[in-house]
Amino acid sequence: MSGLGVEAHGLRKAFGSAVAVAGLDLAVKWGEIFGLLGPNGSGKTTTIRMLTGLLEPSGGQARVVDIDVVASPERVRARIGYMSQRFGFYEDLTIEENIRFYGGVYGLTRRERRERIPQQLTRYRLDQRRKQLAGTLSGGWKQRLALACATVHRPDLVFLDEPTAGVDPASRQLFWNLIREDAAEGITVIVTTHYMDEAERCDRLAFLSRGHLIGVGTPAEITERFGLPTIEAVFIELQRRDDAELGLLA
Amino acid sequence: MTPVARWPIWAMLWKEFVQMRRDRFTLAMMIGIPMIQIALFGYAIQTEVRHLPMVVVDESRSPQSRALIRALTSTGYFDLEAHLEDREEVRRWVERGDAAAAVIIPPDFAKDLKRRREATAQVIIDAADPLSPSAAIAASGQIAALQTRQMVVQAAGPQGLPSVDVRVRPWYNPALKSSVYIVPGIIGVLLSMTMVIVASIAVVRERERGTLEQLIVTPINKTSLMLGKIVPFLVVGYVQMTVILLVGRLLFGVPISGSLVDLYLGALPFIVASLGVGLLVSTAVTTQAQAMQLGFFYLLPNILLSGFMFPRAAMPEPAQWIGAALPLTYFLLVLRGILLKGVDLGTLAPEVATLTGFSVVLIALAVRRFNKRIDG
Repeated sequence: MSGLGVEAHGLRKAFGSAVAVAGLDLAVKWGEIFGLLGPNGSGKTTTIRMLTGLLEPSGGQARVVDIDVVASPERVRARIGYMSQRFGFYEDLTIEENIRFYGGVYGLTRRERRERIPQQLTRYRLDQRRKQLAGTLSGGWKQRLALACATVHRPDLVFLDEPTAGVDPASRQLFWNLIREDAAEGITVIVTTHYMDEAERCDRLAFLSRGHLIGVGTPAEITERFGLPTIEAVFIELQRRDDAELGLLA
Repeated sequence: MTPVARWPIWAMLWKEFVQMRRDRFTLAMMIGIPMIQIALFGYAIQTEVRHLPMVVVDESRSPQSRALIRALTSTGYFDLEAHLEDREEVRRWVERGDAAAAVIIPPDFAKDLKRRREATAQVIIDAADPLSPSAAIAASGQIAALQTRQMVVQAAGPQGLPSVDVRVRPWYNPALKSSVYIVPGIIGVLLSMTMVIVASIAVVRERERGTLEQLIVTPINKTSLMLGKIVPFLVVGYVQMTVILLVGRLLFGVPISGSLVDLYLGALPFIVASLGVGLLVSTAVTTQAQAMQLGFFYLLPNILLSGFMFPRAAMPEPAQWIGAALPLTYFLLVLRGILLKGVDLGTLAPEVATLTGFSVVLIALAVRRFNKRIDG
């Protein structure tokens, strides 16, 4: 595969007069786990939604899996997976039915599905409850099911938008191990998170603040650049600057 | 590269049916509501009047007058309550409400008949009764203000024979039982309402739950997505139609004069058109509550302007134009034509063609308006 997993230049999104993303440059390499960090309202979700073709950028270019996402969103969609904050599976279908459904929607043939569904059930530790309605699952199971649905078609790249929000530490631990496994098999992972321990697990990080990219690098590079001991300290410092700026305006 | 094969739409259909099967409540409503509606409409809306209590003042006391009275009671519209002596007594009976009709046969009734002259008898109807259709009263303009309505019954045998020719003037639409007329209409009204609401809600629910966002991020194309959502409701529409036909037949003796195959074929473009309206609604609203409101809003002109309740010919022109823009207007002609008149689908080709046009345009518009993005 040539090029980059994600390549964005001057990506911009405005809702009316409110600028959510203000000219973002991003370059995500194939096979890395790339973290998008930033406080609420910094533009993480908006960025992911533009990269998946859910939102039309107000300006700039974005290539995802080396395809122009604005010009050919469907070609991009066939090769990416997306796990939204709301998970997006059907609560009145069972675990197995949800995976089968998304397999069908992604165009897997019957034979491919017959092979793929048990694989996904096993891989994401969903076997025991495969006949259980998704709506009755606890947070950790829901999260793994959402990931199983998003990867059923063997995407080259997955977007995970705050996948571990509201999930207990043990489930988060398991989830990250699974993401690591996916990455080890060559899937590029782009993940947004609030949790600093998760940020430290990423290969590289991008810090967003009020729609601007204010730092990209490995966790070590970031802490070094800001002269702070931990990612968490960097995050708090950025949040403080944000608040100060708002206070200045007020 | 063709990422989208035929599979995605089958996956959609399969999913919709699984969900429908699990949603027992909605399923029960889909069957239960038509049954309740038809019972309500069929029983409550009875525009024909039967078994009016009638009194008689027979001053003729002749075989001819008795024959006339027998002829009137045998129509089923009148039940003979009493023979009265004078006309003043009639007033008291009617005012008390014990009689809703009275027949007064003058003394020379038989004599006139024998002389082959026109013999007249007077029939008085209590038109203040709320059962009396206003259309009948309006039709008899000059006596609309009166509390009673007179009706001339002409009885004149060609040879003055006792076989009296009783011609009841067309009041209360006597030839038609209203339930027979209304039940086919209910099929149309009910289908418009449920199809529009279920189609719009089916899409909006996915939007509310966040699953639509997930679907948008898959490579499924818009047409597969939309068709996958609505095709299952075709089945629901046909089930509803069948329920109403069965109940209408069992409870109200509604005839199926034409061919059932014609009826089910003719219903197809109408159901699709109604689902198309529902999809259009879904592209304009964001919550299920809004979808319901628009659905009911759509129901109103359908009931009033399609010819379901009131004849379109009697409407002012703008109302007729609106009626002409409603699929139901054409479907009612198909329904009544096939069920009541026994007309075949070939005769109804113009209506079916119009309905097909509606369905194609509405679905195409809905697919066009639906955007595989979330910012509209």
